[in-house]
Amino acid sequence: MTITAHDSRTYGYDDLPGLMSLMTGDEKHGPAATSTLDVLWVLYDRVLRVAPEGRADPARDRFLLSKGHGPMAYYAVLAAKGFVPAGWLPGFGAYDSPLGHHPDRVLVPGAEIGSGSLGHGLPIAVGSALGLRAQGLHDPAVWVLIGDAELDEGSNHEAIAFAGPAGLERLHTIVVDNSSASHARPGGIAARFEAAGWSAVTVDGRDHEALYAAFTAPHPGRPHVVVARVEPKNA
Amino acid sequence: METMRDRFAPVVSRLLDEDPRVAVVLAEIGKDAFREAMARHPDRVVNVGIREQLLIGAASGLALTGLRPVVHTFASFLVERPFEQVKLDLGHQDAGAVLVSAAASFDWPAGGFTHMAPGDVALLDTLDGWTVQVPGHPDEAETLLRHAVAAGDDKVYVRLSAQANRQGRVIDGEHFVAVREGRRGVVVAVGPVLDAVLAATEGLDVTVLYATTVRPFDTAGLRRATEAAGTDVVLVEPYLAGTSTAAVSDALCDVPHRVLGLGVGRRELRRYGTIEEHVAAHGLDARSLRDRIGRFVGAVGRVAVGA
Repeated sequence: MTITAHDSRTYGYDDLPGLMSLMTGDEKHGPAATSTLDVLWVLYDRVLRVAPEGRADPARDRFLLSKGHGPMAYYAVLAAKGFVPAGWLPGFGAYDSPLGHHPDRVLVPGAEIGSGSLGHGLPIAVGSALGLRAQGLHDPAVWVLIGDAELDEGSNHEAIAFAGPAGLERLHTIVVDNSSASHARPGGIAARFEAAGWSAVTVDGRDHEALYAAFTAPHPGRPHVVVARVEPKNA
Repeated sequence: METMRDRFAPVVSRLLDEDPRVAVVLAEIGKDAFREAMARHPDRVVNVGIREQLLIGAASGLALTGLRPVVHTFASFLVERPFEQVKLDLGHQDAGAVLVSAAASFDWPAGGFTHMAPGDVALLDTLDGWTVQVPGHPDEAETLLRHAVAAGDDKVYVRLSAQANRQGRVIDGEHFVAVREGRRGVVVAVGPVLDAVLAATEGLDVTVLYATTVRPFDTAGLRRATEAAGTDVVLVEPYLAGTSTAAVSDALCDVPHRVLGLGVGRRELRRYGTIEEHVAAHGLDARSLRDRIGRFVGAVGRVAVGA
């Protein structure tokens, strides 16, 4: 499925490399950028109920990019889906561009949070899930994407340990695992979430059907994590 | 005697009943006082456990969905421990919250320095857009809490202290109040130090302004006071000495002026004991204040004590 973008072109998955190539100047985050590409595409193309014209709808799904490093794939997907004009992409990182090397929710249409400093998105997602539930909005899903090394941040562990027992059923976390953590988590990433009462699935982060199945797996009464494994950062 | 903090849960519990936007976020500390409110509003009174980074992050998420979070714990765990969350999850996200602290400077001296945060207001001063309320009496605390919750999506810090003045004053959540008028200088007394400042300046020919809202700083109120009393200004603050000297200098940047900042000393005072002993150790008791203020405005030796 493709959606008409602002400039009247339609973009599909095959266009993403071309859109990403419009952005230069953040090559050190290159591996971080491409590791999230397939996850982001499957989410925005088939899972998230959010559209450019419904950006302020209280009942929209929320996607929080916590791993704000290397946001080129994110910007490319937002451009492909019509949230930002593709014409913005070549200005990436420039003084008068809304698109920084870390995204800013105040500047980027469709960005739910500003991120860059690691370990903020999951706690904010917990609060978002609590806030929607408190207002009787039981349908919208909250999604947050973090990296495997970002998982090292203690703030994430506070959020994981709370969200399971609190039964935050509408909370979903994706951990893109490109083996970039210096000290691998004993027992694996999914085990850390399962120990806190989460539903957990580990899949090939490049396999669109596997990702879709993992994203849409039922998880009654529990938050859900999808660990999306991709090629190691330093491979 | 009832403290400001005793007033906190009853007032905010009523606001929870009245306003469906209000939510309370706690990290164990203070939860017992919210037990009934939590039973009535289980989705809007959240205890995240001993997790202060999550405390602020969750408040941000609540605010981003349209609620008005009221966040409470001791100042050292509310402002200092999760400071980057305060900076990014609230400030950078353009999200608001009401942070309500207790036990900031030295409300529990026997607890030692781990439970003291005299630098809380100075630390918030490194951030943009915070309103800082420092009530000096439980009645004022109630007024300022209500103002804070009603302040749209503003970022508001309400600093509740075990120290208090004997009587509450009429305050508006914005302006300084002139409590005494004189001609030899202006003394700005912040929150719970007012009684000591009034005792210290008895018989001195100085204006005393009472401040419970310190950010934004009432620049116009200070300038008006200096027109009659001159531009010698003494700040007496219940937190780190000199926290507001820059605000005074900015207010008077186009006129020659002198400013003396009194407050809690920067050096860690490795003592336990009582609040009164710590007040005296930091030179914030009436006798010490009289000496320091009197010397600054040149009144010592000219005006007899008790005159």
